[in-house]
Amino acid sequence: MTSEARWSCPLPLRDHPIVTHGHGGGGQLGADLVEHLFLPAFGAAGADARPTDSAVIDLGGRRLAFTTDSYVVRPLFFPGGSIGELAVYGTVNDLAMVGATPIALSSAFVLEEGVELELVQRVAAAMGRAAAAAGVNLVTGDTKVIDAASGVGIYITTAGVGLVDDDVRIDPARARPGDAVIVSGPIGCHGIAVMSVREGFDFDTELRSDCAPLADLVAAMVATGADLHVLRDLTRGGLAAALCEIASTAGVGIHFEEASVPIPEAVASACAVLGLDPVHVANEGTLVAIVDPGDVDRVLGAMHAHPGAPQPVVIGEVTSTHPGTVVSRTAFGATRIVDRLDGEQLPRIC
Amino acid sequence: MKRFDGFADPALARGLIDEIHAVATRRWSIMEVCGGQTHSIIRNGIDQLLGAHITLIHGPGCPVCVTSLEVIDRALAIARRPEVTLCSFGDMLRVPGSDGDLLGVRAEGGDVRVVYSPLDALAIAESEPDRQVVFFAVGFETTAPANAMLVHRAHDRGVANLTVLVGHVLVPPAIEAIAAADDTDVDAFLAAGHVCTVMGTRQYEPLAARFGVPIIVTGFEPLDILDGIRRAVVQLEAGRAEVDNAYARAVRVEGNPTAQDMIEQVFEVVDRRWRGMGVLAASGWGLRDTYRAFDAEVRFGVSAIEVEEPSICQAGAVLKGTIKPDQCEAFGDSCTPRHPLGAPMVSAEGACAAYHRYRRSPANGSAVELGRSR
Repeated sequence: MTSEARWSCPLPLRDHPIVTHGHGGGGQLGADLVEHLFLPAFGAAGADARPTDSAVIDLGGRRLAFTTDSYVVRPLFFPGGSIGELAVYGTVNDLAMVGATPIALSSAFVLEEGVELELVQRVAAAMGRAAAAAGVNLVTGDTKVIDAASGVGIYITTAGVGLVDDDVRIDPARARPGDAVIVSGPIGCHGIAVMSVREGFDFDTELRSDCAPLADLVAAMVATGADLHVLRDLTRGGLAAALCEIASTAGVGIHFEEASVPIPEAVASACAVLGLDPVHVANEGTLVAIVDPGDVDRVLGAMHAHPGAPQPVVIGEVTSTHPGTVVSRTAFGATRIVDRLDGEQLPRIC
Repeated sequence: MKRFDGFADPALARGLIDEIHAVATRRWSIMEVCGGQTHSIIRNGIDQLLGAHITLIHGPGCPVCVTSLEVIDRALAIARRPEVTLCSFGDMLRVPGSDGDLLGVRAEGGDVRVVYSPLDALAIAESEPDRQVVFFAVGFETTAPANAMLVHRAHDRGVANLTVLVGHVLVPPAIEAIAAADDTDVDAFLAAGHVCTVMGTRQYEPLAARFGVPIIVTGFEPLDILDGIRRAVVQLEAGRAEVDNAYARAVRVEGNPTAQDMIEQVFEVVDRRWRGMGVLAASGWGLRDTYRAFDAEVRFGVSAIEVEEPSICQAGAVLKGTIKPDQCEAFGDSCTPRHPLGAPMVSAEGACAAYHRYRRSPANGSAVELGRSR
């Protein structure tokens, strides 16, 4: 096979003949990689893959949710958590976003030669505590060692399984015009907390990552009997990426009010200084829910009663206009398109 | 840290907009010079709120955008050298040269690092003496003092493994080029507040007088920009053409003399090529002879790299205000933020990129007029 033959639609990828950080940034480049490289390469074997946080597989009457994610965050420890919590909560949350009750996780470690075992122990202990908090078991795993590169090299891949109740149908494709868009809490805390440590910024505020398990919150939302159309945890790419993915998957528009989005003072300040937009900043314990308008009150009620949703609020609605596009109304009453980023969000010069 | 957001108060903004509407008796075209202002205008939708009487034209003041293709290509050539650690502000990494961008060089194994202060590059040079550390010194008068400080300190401390690739540009020559163009449509300028924080406001007085245009020193928050526009319209309606300071909380007439001294010590005025505008005389800063040892172009022999820009790009017309970004035939088609043909599509602050990000229609990539309310 020639190299050309491996690319079904090489144009979007030809700009970057090699992997760049942007391919893993949760933005357009990563989506292109899946669409134009992985899925064509997987062929028939990838035919059932869907752009959901977890796959849901029918096992003769039982519905199994299955997902995997790799964690490469630096620094390993940051205010409010560590790579250990992320590795557990990230995968638990991916299961929760299809309405699954998480059951078990695998954990595979890739370690760089030379890393102190004490560091590995701290990360593993964090995973144990996180698993207990999320109510899942760590049931299998693997360890590999590679040459030293960054010096702090601990990389973790977790996979998880959970069970989905028969009557739960949470899927990005189910967003319908008229649906309400709800976020569960303040946005941007994780990304700014990690950046403040990684880049050595001192914002005079102890901003902590929001990293937390969302499965119990989702269970409480499901238990209301409301028709939850879509759930998405706001990870890389932030609120903007999550809403853009939903809009494009469902072929609907999404409209939200910027003034309604909870943005902590410290996040707003840090973003203003760095020239970042809070809607693009990562989160690790915050979700967006797209629900039938008739169900908004009981869903909000359940969220208010649950500590996993510190500030639940309706920020907008799904529209039949501008399908595939997310539009926000600014505090001044003007409108703008909200896009996902091509790659990493880079601080501006001035 | 608490950010004061009183300058983004919607009710006060409405008051300023009403005042602008009350004063304006005809259509006026006002150019905001700085990319930070463009970003704020488009991000907040200020232009949508101004109505038919005011047309905002987005000027050339995005340092990332106007850095010429050949300077980018020189940076790429330097960054590809195995002994080099190239330090840059973050948003320069994505700016495409003729053959890739700095992010791509990093992916190929080049040592390209994002820094938040020029002095970070000095710290790297001192802690890694075996590396050739190059700082990519671009920007307007705003970033120049800190970049000059880097060179000055490296010189004082005898740091031999640090050089700078200088692409500094100046605001007044750009205003002059736009105001002097035959087909210009600019009635007034909003000058860049942070540039004036460093340089003061006197440089603009001869320009206001010569071209008969009001020049309002303006900040970056929504209310700053609306107040700048209001002051410009008041002058235009009265037939005046003066320099006015609408950013007095940060800008003094004389600017910041300490910063100016630092610049003066390290840099001298040179001709410079602008992306989309060609070579403008005396429009940039380069290193003085005293500091020639810190010139990365000399050390790495890249001065011979010269590049012509794509001819389909109408960046010049966009920057002069004779067309809006979406009136360019390449907009959203052969020219996108991922595939920019010219300056204003390059950085998020560029006019074309701002239109593309916030205004394009989902179907065909052309700009869409979005309603003011739902």
